[in-house]
Amino acid sequence: MQATSDFIKPPAPPTEDGFGGGGGPDGRGSSRRASMTGLMVLLAATTMAFAAFTSAFVVRRGMSNDWVDLPLPRILWANTAVLIASSVLLEIARRALKRGQRSAFNRYWTIGTVLGGLFLAGQAIAWWQLNQAGIFVATNPSSSFFYLLTASHGLHILGGLTALVYVDVQALRLRLGPGKRTAVDVSALFWHFVDGLWIYLMVLFLVWG
Amino acid sequence: MLLAPIVWILTIVICYFFISKTWWFPPPISQHGVAYDAQFMRTLVITGVIFVVAQFALGWAILRFRNRGQAARYSHGNNTLETIWTTATAILFVGIVLVGTRIWIAVHLSDPDPNAIPIELMSKQFAFNFRYPGPDGKFGRTDLKLVNDAAGNPFGLDDKDPAGKDDIVSASLKVPAGRPIKLIMHSRDVIHNFFVRELRLKQDIVPGMEIPLYFQADQLGTYEIPCSELCGLGHFQMRSTMQVMAEADFEKWKREQAANR
Amino acid sequence: MSSPVTAHVHHAPQGFFRKYIFSLDHKVIGIQYYFLALFSVVIGVSLSLLMRYHMINPDAKVGWFGTLWPTAAQGGIMTPELYLSLMTMHGTIMVFFVLTTAPQGGFGNYFLPIQIGAEDMAFPTLNMLSFWTTFVALCVMVAAFFVQGGPPLSGWTGYPPLSAIGRLAGPGEGLGQTLWIVSIAIFCGASLMGAINFIATLIDLRCQGMSLMRLPLTCWTWFVTAILGLLGFAVLLAAGVLLILDRSAGTSFFLPAGLLVSDQILNHKGGSPLLWQHLFWFFGHPEVYIAILPGMGVTSQLLSTFARKPIFGYKAMVYAIFSIGFLGFLVWGHHMFMSGMSPYSAMAFSVLTMAIGVPSAIKTFNWIGTVWGGQIHFTTAMLFALGFVSLFVTGGLSGIFLGQPALDLYFHDTYFVVGHFHIIMGVAAIFGMFAGTFYWFPKMFGRMMNETLGKIHFYITFIGVYAIFVPMHLLGIAGNPRRYADFTNFDFLGKLIPIHTFMTHAAYLTAAVQLIFFFNLFWSMKKGKPAPMNPWNATTLEWTIPSPPPFDNFGGRHPVVNHGAYEYSVPGAPRDFIMQTDPVDIHVQ
Repeated sequence: MQATSDFIKPPAPPTEDGFGGGGGPDGRGSSRRASMTGLMVLLAATTMAFAAFTSAFVVRRGMSNDWVDLPLPRILWANTAVLIASSVLLEIARRALKRGQRSAFNRYWTIGTVLGGLFLAGQAIAWWQLNQAGIFVATNPSSSFFYLLTASHGLHILGGLTALVYVDVQALRLRLGPGKRTAVDVSALFWHFVDGLWIYLMVLFLVWG
Repeated sequence: MLLAPIVWILTIVICYFFISKTWWFPPPISQHGVAYDAQFMRTLVITGVIFVVAQFALGWAILRFRNRGQAARYSHGNNTLETIWTTATAILFVGIVLVGTRIWIAVHLSDPDPNAIPIELMSKQFAFNFRYPGPDGKFGRTDLKLVNDAAGNPFGLDDKDPAGKDDIVSASLKVPAGRPIKLIMHSRDVIHNFFVRELRLKQDIVPGMEIPLYFQADQLGTYEIPCSELCGLGHFQMRSTMQVMAEADFEKWKREQAANR
Repeated sequence: MSSPVTAHVHHAPQGFFRKYIFSLDHKVIGIQYYFLALFSVVIGVSLSLLMRYHMINPDAKVGWFGTLWPTAAQGGIMTPELYLSLMTMHGTIMVFFVLTTAPQGGFGNYFLPIQIGAEDMAFPTLNMLSFWTTFVALCVMVAAFFVQGGPPLSGWTGYPPLSAIGRLAGPGEGLGQTLWIVSIAIFCGASLMGAINFIATLIDLRCQGMSLMRLPLTCWTWFVTAILGLLGFAVLLAAGVLLILDRSAGTSFFLPAGLLVSDQILNHKGGSPLLWQHLFWFFGHPEVYIAILPGMGVTSQLLSTFARKPIFGYKAMVYAIFSIGFLGFLVWGHHMFMSGMSPYSAMAFSVLTMAIGVPSAIKTFNWIGTVWGGQIHFTTAMLFALGFVSLFVTGGLSGIFLGQPALDLYFHDTYFVVGHFHIIMGVAAIFGMFAGTFYWFPKMFGRMMNETLGKIHFYITFIGVYAIFVPMHLLGIAGNPRRYADFTNFDFLGKLIPIHTFMTHAAYLTAAVQLIFFFNLFWSMKKGKPAPMNPWNATTLEWTIPSPPPFDNFGGRHPVVNHGAYEYSVPGAPRDFIMQTDPVDIHVQ
């Protein structure tokens, strides 16, 4: 049986708030909204994974008396500063882009991305330093968790960095049109999250590790 | 439409087997077992009634409302009915578990009996071993490095420890009837599980943990102990027995074991 | 009016690879998931038949066993370790590659966008990647059959220390176990990708007029299932990483001190086997709701359609779906009552477990309420939906026993548990898939399936599954432990072998009958009667487009929804159903 309706009416404004309502016909709008939702969902999953690691951490630490606090390599402080700086610069870049200042955007975004890469290099150095001190994955539960958490975090940094580099390349090739605005925002927000996650991990190591 | 009588017949057949008890629990040998069976019956009656009513209602709906050209009733539901059966279900379900809590508390959350006879259980791939402290009431020191199954030392008893000299090691569990027992359970490799059907008790035995299980067996007899947590390829062969004896016989057995050491 | 470029629109795909292999079309991807599940279920059922055969013929010499497994079935006799590894793979493949793929990735992928009036999922490329990642996970899992030592034997639950010790713990615990963990980790990633798509699509791509309370219940179940998967699989991934580290990096997350295995004292210390159980079941319980919720959605959909009546208590059904999802995260400890965890925790988990029985009961009452007073048409799809209700009652009620720690003192790790979860997952959920297949096949393939063959398949299967799985409860009452390769070592088990024999024969028959389904499925794809646009006179959006649909579902148009999803037999309406896209005032004519 044929459906009798409707398809051709011009879309009325969305009839309800809350969860995004009727989905705009402006594909760009709904695609941006969808990308933001997708990002939030991804962050929820990452949060759950690190929550699971944290609970394992807390349980293990409380369980037996063989936990030896890990001497944190000092370079971690520098890495933390570098990561925070990269987030700040990405934010500055984003503001600049909103004001249409493309070359400012290019400058700050590129530096932010490079700093992100520097963070990763700094993490590798931290691992190397621990190795030199004879501290490996299985040396002590505290070191097991340190390597586990920094490796998992590092993988997320790598993913984020890929997005940052992609945006950077597009920008430098002058291909960052308004349609790619969502990519900029999603990458930046993901980066801030991973930054925040790192600060959380530092607190965990300092207070509990 | 054929589905209605099929559902009804299946329901009746299933009920038959649960009522006739053709394959059923073995008789309980403890007070806990009696309490257990009562709780099981309560649950069976409640779920049984719900089972019959639900399956019959389903079959009835199928039969009564099959398409014979009648118009369907346009209704989005009935909030009163919804509230009633939701509340009833909640009370019933939460109620039954609260009633059963007494049994759970009695097994795991009651003050341990200080006169309970301590018996150590050490499970491994694929055997249970039991140890009695002997007349001195103390368990001797053990060391994993001293374990030697072939030589009859599954516990790794250190023969330099005088307290262990009178320990009795046995491949089966012997207990006196009518006395509280404290089974102190260890595993030296993977997770196993101690289960005696007639006691209506089981407990996982976890490496790295020392888990006590308190029970009292009141009926004489020999009862099988099947390992009840997957422990490897020999899991289906991991068997021991619990023999419940009169107290005098239990003491005699202990003396014989001591003499044979 | 149509918008110029939307980021998610794609032009009609060209070329064989783009159209059928690396398609970005959610419909093709849905079919790909469905066939992956079909392939996996054949493996899973075959494994179970081998298991059931062995249980009643433990000493049988079967020539081709010896050919397939020269070490594990020397002389053609299946060893216990082979039995256990077949059992492990049976559970793993069924739970992950059948029950977590077809209901959600199969039907959900195909019909969620259409039912909400969208052209595709929010992220079509991610969707394509999610399928192929699942495929890679399946390849890695199947590879475990072929490595030295074979597949793991620690069960689909993979409890350490058994699963963490490595080769010392037994055959299959070497590379086989490692591949198992890697496969599951890959599967976690694929699930996550899928969850992102489902959630973003449902929240952001609904067409005009498709408010939340007008969504078909199938969409609600796919949505909540995606949330469960998102949060649950993330934790499983974390657990899997810890397990791999214990196995290969010498860590001790799950391994305590004092382990003596195969005459070797291991040098792990400080870890907790219970930690794995907590992490695993935190995922594992939501997982079973992932397996069943889409089937519940399909059942609701079909009962309403084929009884020509609205859903009884739509709002209550939505709340029930969310309650089940939410509470599903709070009850994991009921898998661990006997594990050695705190008895206080056990009590808390127990009350929550009983609580989750309440929304399940609401759904059951409402299903019966939906057909009550209706005009029931017994299509094969409807029969499977009604069968789902009957099975859900049976399987759900045995949960009332298991949810009480006092009773679990006997039933843990017995066949009572095996019967319970098989009736719910291994049958009811499968019936949901059968129902969905018969219902949506016309839309997907443009042809009707054969109703006669469908009904024969249904009736024999329905009786068959009751015959296989209800006796398991009696076995459990008699104390028959699970995961035993055979029953020759205990006096009390010997008496129960007649039941096992009965169940095995019922299994052979029921499995054989599935061939009718397979024949029906494939034959109808080519030779079934051509299907009209709306063969069931159903109301939801998929029935407003051609069978099969064009690549962009609505032909470039944007549907507008004016009605709820279950407007059947509305008084005053011109016919006994109002489509969601019918004009607003259609029943006041």
